[in-house]
Amino acid sequence: MTLGEFSTVNRRDFIRWSGFGLAVTGQGLYMVAMAQPAPEGELNPYIVIHEDGRVLISAPNPDVGQGVNTSLPMIVAEELDADWASVEVIAAPVDPQRYGAQFAGGSLSVRNRWNELRTMGATAREMLLRAAAASWQLPREQLTTEPGQVVHGATGRRASFGELAALAAQQPVPGEGEVTLKDSAEYRLLGNRVVNAAAEDIVRGHSLFGIDVVVPDMVYATYVKCPQPGGTPSSANLDAVKNLPGVLDAFLIKGDAVPPVFDLRNSTHVAGGVAIVATNTWAAFKARRSLQVQWDTAGASRDDSAAIESQAVKAMEQVQGDRELVRTGDPDRAFASAASVLSAQYLTEFISHAQLEPQGCVAHVSGDRAEVWTSSQTPGFAQITLGKLLDLPAGNIRVHQVRGGGGFGRRLSNEYVREAALISQRVGKPVKLQWMREDDMAFDFYRAPTYYRLEGALSDQGELVAWRNHVVSASADGDKANYGAGYRNKDFPDRVLANVHVTQSLVHSVTPTGAWRAPESNVYAFAEQSFLHELALAANRDHREFLMTTLGEDKWYEDGNLGRLHTGRARAVIEAVTRAAGWGRALPENRGLGLGFYFSHAGHVAEVAEVSVDERKGVTVHKVWAAADLGQIVNLSGAENQFQGSVVDGLSALANQRISIREGAVQQRNFDQYDLLRLPQRPDISVTFLSSDFPPSGAGEPALPPLAPAVCNAVFAACGQRIRSLPISRQGFRIV
Amino acid sequence: MQLTINGQAQDLGDLDPEMPLLWALRDILGLVGTKYGCGVAQCGACTVWLDDNPVRSCQLTVGALAGRRITTIEGLGQDELHPVQRAWVEHDVAQCGYCQAGQIMSAAALLKRDPSPSMAAIESAMAGNLCRCGTYTRIVAAVQSAAQSLAQIDCYEVGESAQAAGDRGGAAV
Repeated sequence: MTLGEFSTVNRRDFIRWSGFGLAVTGQGLYMVAMAQPAPEGELNPYIVIHEDGRVLISAPNPDVGQGVNTSLPMIVAEELDADWASVEVIAAPVDPQRYGAQFAGGSLSVRNRWNELRTMGATAREMLLRAAAASWQLPREQLTTEPGQVVHGATGRRASFGELAALAAQQPVPGEGEVTLKDSAEYRLLGNRVVNAAAEDIVRGHSLFGIDVVVPDMVYATYVKCPQPGGTPSSANLDAVKNLPGVLDAFLIKGDAVPPVFDLRNSTHVAGGVAIVATNTWAAFKARRSLQVQWDTAGASRDDSAAIESQAVKAMEQVQGDRELVRTGDPDRAFASAASVLSAQYLTEFISHAQLEPQGCVAHVSGDRAEVWTSSQTPGFAQITLGKLLDLPAGNIRVHQVRGGGGFGRRLSNEYVREAALISQRVGKPVKLQWMREDDMAFDFYRAPTYYRLEGALSDQGELVAWRNHVVSASADGDKANYGAGYRNKDFPDRVLANVHVTQSLVHSVTPTGAWRAPESNVYAFAEQSFLHELALAANRDHREFLMTTLGEDKWYEDGNLGRLHTGRARAVIEAVTRAAGWGRALPENRGLGLGFYFSHAGHVAEVAEVSVDERKGVTVHKVWAAADLGQIVNLSGAENQFQGSVVDGLSALANQRISIREGAVQQRNFDQYDLLRLPQRPDISVTFLSSDFPPSGAGEPALPPLAPAVCNAVFAACGQRIRSLPISRQGFRIV
Repeated sequence: MQLTINGQAQDLGDLDPEMPLLWALRDILGLVGTKYGCGVAQCGACTVWLDDNPVRSCQLTVGALAGRRITTIEGLGQDELHPVQRAWVEHDVAQCGYCQAGQIMSAAALLKRDPSPSMAAIESAMAGNLCRCGTYTRIVAAVQSAAQSLAQIDCYEVGESAQAAGDRGGAAV
């Protein structure tokens, strides 16, 4: 399943539906869809204008740090022509009928909602204009807006949105074709730097996050799971635990005797374990020290990460895998007639998400109703899968979306919601479930390890004429690659190059894997873009020039589809980033520049790293330049922040992060065994967004994939050592 | 059990003296700005001040804190933002924001003891606070800009005022 499949609501129907709701006093489909009366002053599901001029705009999608609590309302505010200073952002309730698919994933929030939110803002603006026209007995055409006001240019007459709100809500809803969207040249807000709408609450330490939720009569719980995924509890010293201070209850949850899989829409999987319910979090955590559990591991994972890797490395000895994924042109002939052939094996390890807020959830299950407060990236799927687990209709399950302390794909699954709900159901009270950091690291849906044997065929002119990739994928069922371990069809190289052969072999692994920021792309980019550098050197050509030439003619691989490669946009970002970094300049000894380009999540991004390497393999990353074409920039500050963060995150992941598994169990438990980059290790970062007339695409993910190859290519330029496996600590390198 | 938190004496009742300050703040006193990240003093999300020093509240047991002054993010700036908080907003530092209370407590403690810190001093003071979102570039810019604005408003009046007000109003310990 791709994240794109989340978005199943028919956008057009949705807007029409919501449109009925624009008339607050009106009747019709909207009221049916709403199933409750619209709040007073609501112009549509996104906009409420108060008489005092405050404009409440709903942010429909979960925010886990990607900034859509600000960027999505900005789109509404732009077309509404609201004064941003009077805008208050509120988290929309989870309600698919009103807000469609509410999720944070695939860098899709802005991209999917661009037309919907602009239309919402513009429709409400039109109703305000019509209200003023009616009130002033003037033709609508003579009126316009300035931020927060309707203005009659000829007389200078003006009225605030607040004054007009009540009358606006009574206007008939403008139909399709009666609302004009702004031209980008008219934007007052989009493309500017806007401070995150939650910034002040964050710096004041206000209650914002899932972990901060408190509801009346709430008790606290922790949940101890079998270290081997798929293990279930057979017995435990529950009576002893129940007698500990502050402990209210302790019980077994049988759970499913198989490891979970990353099936967001359908999974009702609950890991077996022991729940400890207490009067506070600490009492529950402390009680774990006394807990003794006997586990039944008949269905549990026995994975060994070192064995998985050695099997995969052995499989990569073969040029071709067991099954064919892509064949274009005549790769066998192209390789046979090539002037030279280069081959290399690239690999990565399991890594964890390590978002800073450990998983948890507040749930209250009572009779045939359930209510949950969660930082899930897929609150809609939380509702659906909880309904299946508890055998309740989705309408009986109320989900509140709460800010998440980091997502990166970790909060796409909802097992912590289900765990909290089962514990609440048993104790008959609202429960705050809190995972310890050690649980969070041990029970992740990890980034899958990946293995690519790449081959390139060069002509006697040094042109790249054919490409082979033997992908070795971890697979639980012996048929499909586990999430993040496979190969997705790509325009480059599959369509750009004339002769391409991609094949796949499988190695057995049941360790749960899932989406880790820019899934697949973040590992494949490392292999592909490092190998292209190897090929350029083998062809005795400049890397930048080789990359530009290899991209071929200017071409959009499907006109109008932002998800497809546009080689003109690609070349422009490579040109911009290499110019900014001074590509080709002379550098001191042991210092080098490295380049990486990748297209993912509709974003064309190129990065250059400048590094030096000391005699003890200490790598100093002095600076990283990024250049991107993301189309129209919504919030410049937010987008730049995502890019700066992606550079740091990319370095963090490549430096020394690895999850190792023995007898099914994860060995790393906390940040003393799993390094995140620290502030002194950060590089200078320069970000350039190319001015672009394309619609906007998301900023959360596409800057991550080019970082690893840019740094590793720079390390090669600095010291002549090629890094073909991550983390770089495998080869003795470290980031200083 | 009594603790002095943000200048106020707080009665924690009959609390397990082994409870880390972090959980007493969050679960008992409802001061949720201090965050749980790791529980082993590796991430800095739980940073508070003990007297004037930044400490990891996950490692301090409440039983050992009688008579000590504790300042949390909620006590740093009260009506007005502390200059470090203001710099954090102006630089739009936060992404998810989960680590930022701890970052701010470390930064404000640094500026209290070293009002114009060198880059090396900033790096050293902030090295114990992890940010998975990677906001380090902006954290450094915000610390530098807070140092400048503190130099302009002459010492530490704003930060001290909350503490002083609390000290005056709070019961003796």
